[in-house]
Amino acid sequence: MSDTLEKPPPQPSGTARGGRPAPRRSARSLTDLVFRIRELSIGGALALLILGTYLVNPGFLDDQGVQDLLLNSAILVLLATGQSVVVLTRNIDLSVGSVVGLTAFACGSFVSGTQHSAVTVVLLGTGIGVLCGLVSGLLVSFGRVPALVVTLGMLYVIQGAGHVWAHGRQINAVNVPDGVLELGSGSVLGIPYLPLISAVVLAATAYYLRAYRSGRELYAIGSSPEAARLAGIPIRRRVLAAYAFSGAVAGFAGALWLARFGTVVADAANGWELTVVSAVVVGGIAITGGVGTVLGAALGALLLTTIGSSLVVLKVNPFWEQAITGALLLAAISTDRVVRSRTTEALRKRSRN
Amino acid sequence: MTQPEPGAAPVPVLALEGVSKSFGNVRALQGVDLALHAGEAHALAGENGAGKSTLIKILGGVHTPEAGTVRLDGSPVVFAGPAGARDAGIAVIYQEPMLFADLSIAENIFMGRQPRRALGRIDHGAVREATAALMRRLGVDLDPDRPARGLSIADQQIVEIAKALSFDARVLIMDEPTAALTGTETARLFSVVEALRAAGAAVLFISHRLEEIFRLCRRVTTLRDGRLVATEALEGLTEDDLVRRMVGRDLEELYPKQDTTPGARALTVRRLTREGVFHDVSFDVRRGEIVALAGLVGAGRSEVVQAVFGVDRADAGEVEVDGTALKPGSPTAAMDAGVALVPEDRRQRGLVMEMSIERNIALTGLDRLGSAGMVRRSLERSRAADWAVRLRLKYNRLTDTAGVLSGGNQQKVVLAKWLATEPGVLIVDEPTRGIDVGTKAEVHRLLTSLAEEGIAVLMVSSDLPEVLGMADRVLVMHEGRLVAEIPRADATEESVMAAATGRPIKRPSER
Repeated sequence: MSDTLEKPPPQPSGTARGGRPAPRRSARSLTDLVFRIRELSIGGALALLILGTYLVNPGFLDDQGVQDLLLNSAILVLLATGQSVVVLTRNIDLSVGSVVGLTAFACGSFVSGTQHSAVTVVLLGTGIGVLCGLVSGLLVSFGRVPALVVTLGMLYVIQGAGHVWAHGRQINAVNVPDGVLELGSGSVLGIPYLPLISAVVLAATAYYLRAYRSGRELYAIGSSPEAARLAGIPIRRRVLAAYAFSGAVAGFAGALWLARFGTVVADAANGWELTVVSAVVVGGIAITGGVGTVLGAALGALLLTTIGSSLVVLKVNPFWEQAITGALLLAAISTDRVVRSRTTEALRKRSRN
Repeated sequence: MTQPEPGAAPVPVLALEGVSKSFGNVRALQGVDLALHAGEAHALAGENGAGKSTLIKILGGVHTPEAGTVRLDGSPVVFAGPAGARDAGIAVIYQEPMLFADLSIAENIFMGRQPRRALGRIDHGAVREATAALMRRLGVDLDPDRPARGLSIADQQIVEIAKALSFDARVLIMDEPTAALTGTETARLFSVVEALRAAGAAVLFISHRLEEIFRLCRRVTTLRDGRLVATEALEGLTEDDLVRRMVGRDLEELYPKQDTTPGARALTVRRLTREGVFHDVSFDVRRGEIVALAGLVGAGRSEVVQAVFGVDRADAGEVEVDGTALKPGSPTAAMDAGVALVPEDRRQRGLVMEMSIERNIALTGLDRLGSAGMVRRSLERSRAADWAVRLRLKYNRLTDTAGVLSGGNQQKVVLAKWLATEPGVLIVDEPTRGIDVGTKAEVHRLLTSLAEEGIAVLMVSSDLPEVLGMADRVLVMHEGRLVAEIPRADATEESVMAAATGRPIKRPSER
């Protein structure tokens, strides 16, 4: 029996803009807490990891160490941001690693021996990435082929095309214009450009997903495609756009890759797609869509990168990195399941009394 | 009644003229007319499978009719999907509302239509305020910020109605909104709908509870087997008149149940519990008996039979077949003990749609169709042919894929598959959902004859006439508990629904 009718009229919403939490803990604060717990626990793990490594080897946190950490994670954070947008719609993009490799190589070929500016390179990379993303996106949204298959196919196609084109050649840093390399190695106020760029993209994406109708619709599509259809959301267009974005980010990352390393081969970021997906899932974006934030995904990427760096500093066999990543992934998915069923139960009780 | 006289408003807000729609071989609607007027509540009556859902989906822009016209304010329209219908002011509330579980109530209501600030940014504050205002208007205390996950069906419907209010719907269509509601919740819903109607909305109301139709509506349109039977004023009609129009045939013919004398206990379930799903469920089924498990959607009926069969593991309690305890959580053990489960969702669990009819039938007894792990095709085929004849299966070739069959015939294939295991206990979950009336009668006849052969039949069904027509005993579940056991003689629509909705009705014959 519902006794909602006998309840006092709804109090002025305690969680209204800028307000303090109401005395009665609202359902929102409960779920908010759940997600914040995720971000806080990853942040905490990150802090502990950094602290532990620092205690063993204080060199880990000197200026150079911090710079390395930021530089190493910048591209993964960027890719995780793009991947998040796709995963939120209950899809996946496994082609990102090969897109990074292809664009890095293509940009390298384009600028080798020329004096093109960093802007041109970034635009070229992003453009190639968008094209790759559009192909995957069209097949997934309008072709109705499962995302896993499409993007796995794209992964191999792009990788293969890259190999054929490169034919064993590599781009050498000496041929890359200084203006481009400066993008990868320069810094402002001691902070390298790359992490700054990632942070800007991350912040813009986070804001877009929260503040725009089309951003919320991505969550809606992932949460319930059927309900999204009934709500009149243009699902195919949104999914296509998500893939185009993920592709653009991957292409952008490819250009940055060239800027950072200078010397690249065609399969530069081989295998990164799985690291990216792991980062996203560890960061709290449900692989079934509709739940999570890009901020969490970025923290996930930061955590995975830091683990890799710490292991090197701690002189642990680097093969452990994969095992640890895997364990984290499993832990993340298991906690998601438990937390979700617990909150559902709590919310159900709340709606009964 | 303050509703205008039928025909008072000359141009209907929304109308269908000669609308037809088929799915594969099944003709769901044939030449149906319907007119909805502003400020009038109109009922749509008909049995399961009469075409009501299809009609609603056409009005809601989900389906496009193959023939006929949809008219909005007198002019023909073709809705561009559900969004087109919504933009035309049509709100459809489906029996099981479809919400975004992960998103807040406010987002569910305003998805795609959020109020915006400069630069197209969503005004989250305005969304929340508007939702809070809607909730106040509906007189409910739901936090706009809580996610939809975990809301009761009644509250989910409230969210859907709030959505309809939010875009000032001129037409409100409700598909069995009260099926899962308690008495209080139904009253709350009706007062909201009545207010909307009084404010000028056209309402189309579907319910299996005829007294609700008479309470809320002015006119009624009855469908049978996809065709229009009549559109008439409810005044002067009785419930029996309506039933006669809906059924159009003898109930005896549809429910050929004979009284039987139950034999020994075949299935005994003791204190079966699955945390958070169902609690302390005990019952037995005797040979030759059909026992119905009734209750509302979500009461835990399917979950109980799945635990009995071992698909899901129960946390506590035991299941005995012919006096021997079943190994918990093992469908194989259940099958070996002679239990068969015909699941609810035949598309997902009952049939391999891409496989041929004969292979589907043979799936359950592969080890009996050959030796040393090999299946003999000839045995497979002859067994399938046997069953096809026994169940009067309508098919072209046994090698056709199961997917091409009509819903009713698919159900027969699933039955054949399980009957081929020669079960002593047959559990059927919604055996006639979504199949046409003719095949339904055949399935009922089959279940009756199986019971006469001494099989113990446990039937989960949401179809009340089916429960009343077929069962020797009716077990009723409410929110995960077995709340009533009603013998055939005392089972009425009222007594079963009262128990299913948790309404305390004191009757000497109960408990």
